[in-house]
Amino acid sequence: MTDPIVAMRGIRKEFPGVVALDDVDFHIERGEIHALMGENGAGKSTLIKILTGMYRADAGEIRLDGGIVEPRSVFHMQSLGLSTIYQEINLVPNMSVCQNIALAREKTGPLRKIDWREARDRAGRALARLGLDIDVDKPLNRFSTAEQQMVAIARALSFDCKAVVMDEPTSSLNEGEIAALFALIRSLREGGMTFLFVSHKLREVFELCDSVTVLRDGGLVGRRPVGELDQYSLVSMMIGRDASEVVRARRSAGVATGARKICSLEGVRGGMRVRGLTFDIAEGEILGLAGLLGSGRTETLRMLFGADRPDAGVIRVDGVEAHFAMPRDAIRRHFAFCPEDRKVEGIMPSMSVADNIAVTSIRELSWKGIVSLPRKLALAREYIGKLNIKASSPLQPIRNMSGGNQQKAILARWLATRPRLLLLDEPTRGIDVGAKAEILDLVRRLAADGMSVLMVSSEWEELIQTCDRILVYRDGTNVASLEGDAMTEDAVIAAIAGGH
Amino acid sequence: MRTLQKEAPGRRAPEMLRDYGAFIVLFLILAVNALATPNFFRLGTAWNMLLQSFPIIIMSLGMAMVVATGGIDISVGSVMAIGSIIFAKLSLDAGWGILAASLAALAVTFCVGLFNGLLVGKFGFQPIVVTLVTMMVGRGAAAVINDGKIVTFYDSNLVDFGLYQVFGVVPIHIVLIAVAVIAVYLLVKETVFGVYLQAVGDNLRAARLVGVNAFLVILVVYAVNAFLAGFAAIFETARLASADAINLGRLVEMDCVAAVAVGGTPMRGGQVRIVSTLAGALTMQAITTMVNMNNIPYAYSLVIKSVIIVVALSVQKEK
Repeated sequence: MTDPIVAMRGIRKEFPGVVALDDVDFHIERGEIHALMGENGAGKSTLIKILTGMYRADAGEIRLDGGIVEPRSVFHMQSLGLSTIYQEINLVPNMSVCQNIALAREKTGPLRKIDWREARDRAGRALARLGLDIDVDKPLNRFSTAEQQMVAIARALSFDCKAVVMDEPTSSLNEGEIAALFALIRSLREGGMTFLFVSHKLREVFELCDSVTVLRDGGLVGRRPVGELDQYSLVSMMIGRDASEVVRARRSAGVATGARKICSLEGVRGGMRVRGLTFDIAEGEILGLAGLLGSGRTETLRMLFGADRPDAGVIRVDGVEAHFAMPRDAIRRHFAFCPEDRKVEGIMPSMSVADNIAVTSIRELSWKGIVSLPRKLALAREYIGKLNIKASSPLQPIRNMSGGNQQKAILARWLATRPRLLLLDEPTRGIDVGAKAEILDLVRRLAADGMSVLMVSSEWEELIQTCDRILVYRDGTNVASLEGDAMTEDAVIAAIAGGH
Repeated sequence: MRTLQKEAPGRRAPEMLRDYGAFIVLFLILAVNALATPNFFRLGTAWNMLLQSFPIIIMSLGMAMVVATGGIDISVGSVMAIGSIIFAKLSLDAGWGILAASLAALAVTFCVGLFNGLLVGKFGFQPIVVTLVTMMVGRGAAAVINDGKIVTFYDSNLVDFGLYQVFGVVPIHIVLIAVAVIAVYLLVKETVFGVYLQAVGDNLRAARLVGVNAFLVILVVYAVNAFLAGFAAIFETARLASADAINLGRLVEMDCVAAVAVGGTPMRGGQVRIVSTLAGALTMQAITTMVNMNNIPYAYSLVIKSVIIVVALSVQKEK
């Protein structure tokens, strides 16, 4: 048996107050697609960051291709043949696709002038391998998140690399793009390439991976061939208890017929993407929005929240026409909005969990503008408890928490305002099964208490499990409404594709 | 992740350095001077240092808030010049009382700050460019008001006020510094405004989405900062018994930004440290005093300041 391509032994990493990894062994065999699984805070990200050179381990040994290495930086590991694609796209948005792919290893000619023709050819080839037709001269930020992700993958693969680490590469891709990516990964594996794949989506692990390592609470649970596992046993390994009752979906009880309409849209158009929306949301209803990326789902939520303004059409709240010029206007009507991108639009990273939760209701927690610290902490503790947020203290900076806990804190921030309509944009993106189930469960309970929810998700299964009704978007209009047993993935796909 | 059961005894050295770095640097400078500079700790020196550091301390407090929003204000030196010249002209040429002239000067500087805040907060222009414009225009306008000439005057009331001691012992400057530091500290740490201020600096888009009126926050912060510059200008005018539109407050923005940085407030915004900013401002003045008392040429003082800023930043660097 040959040496594993990557072998890590006895890895330990401490952060102030927290042991993130404790004596973890980990290896990847040559030519396999290996999955790294675990709940948020299990230590996956830390392990990946140690392997790829972003963090340094406090103890332990790392071997790459048989030789001991001490990862110094991401660039160092790249030069040794380990390429990484992070969940958050870390390219330069204002530079062209070609510049991004060539970045930091441009070929130069006389006078150190960059050989752009060569760079452009190489970028074109790298993208062609992925089956992408992208204008390499356009700035990266002209493209959708999914396309940018594909460019990041093209860049990683264009390195002369032995193994590729992918940290949730599919979190912003649609079904078609995921299928294309998987086909590509498989074909590269046939060519002898090795992959480390981090994902929260169980289905993807079973579909793509050969073996899996599971971490829990900073320790190693085990390494298994995927063939020996099923969904339940894998989830049980991750959460450390029997998974069957956690994973099993509980369908919402449904909306009482004749429930009041709290919000309605009529012929709403706006921006580049929304081209005519007409629908109602009833009190206590969980309404799902399904559709492809760029079909106008996010824009719908932003308009309802006053973050963008519609160009035409009418939005009514309680039957009265509403004009929201800014989020504050919508908040006054008890609307709440959890944005898609936690980092960019959600958290205030250097502020504490308590401040992040209390920021929406800080006026109510104060007297003549002076904030009551005890009341602020009480509110934070209440929601930390209610939503099972794992924080060492309410005063901990939120950026040190895992994605799932950050998402819960953002949800808590809005629940503290007692919203009537909760707008959720990809509420489970990039978070683990346990936290995902908790969040969806919470949404159902809140709806049962009378709160309305408008939810966007790219995981249709999740919408089907959670929602009372699903609206399907195509090209900026809602083309179908599915209810009850009619809510199936096939029906969603058919509606998106334009059949019936 | 597991939380460690035992808290480490005491806090770790790096955290101590981060939290008290500015004080350690200040203490080191004072210690060096106690040994190397004769008469550094004489009462007269301390009094002079305090008088001279007054404007930097007052203005650093405002600058710290501006920086907390993710901005910067390099126009404060010119704002001082405007405040000073208006104050001097009104009280001397127009015969206004000191109080009326002060209030007029403060009102004008406040409005200059509103202008900065409007351009940054409403139109989204970059703070450094906006305040660069104000810096140039302001210096020019101040010079035009008196044809570039220095206004010298002697007003016994004003001088008396500058030397006033509360209860006959505590110089008015100390009282004003204490009031300003405590007020700004409470504003930033204990009020709704303080939370919004940090939210705007930490993540502007998120702040808007949670309903924070970011424009108002930015407007107020720049206006208060310019107001404090005007306030400092009046005291400087009294101390120097003259208003010099060309030279008053020249490069003071450098000392203010440096004081904020040495105080450990990150330039990216979102966090603010008021008491450490005080230590940073005192550090800047202590260096100047040290250089003057040892007859070191001005050029060297710049080098020394730069070195100390870099040292202060490196001890406070977050890992």
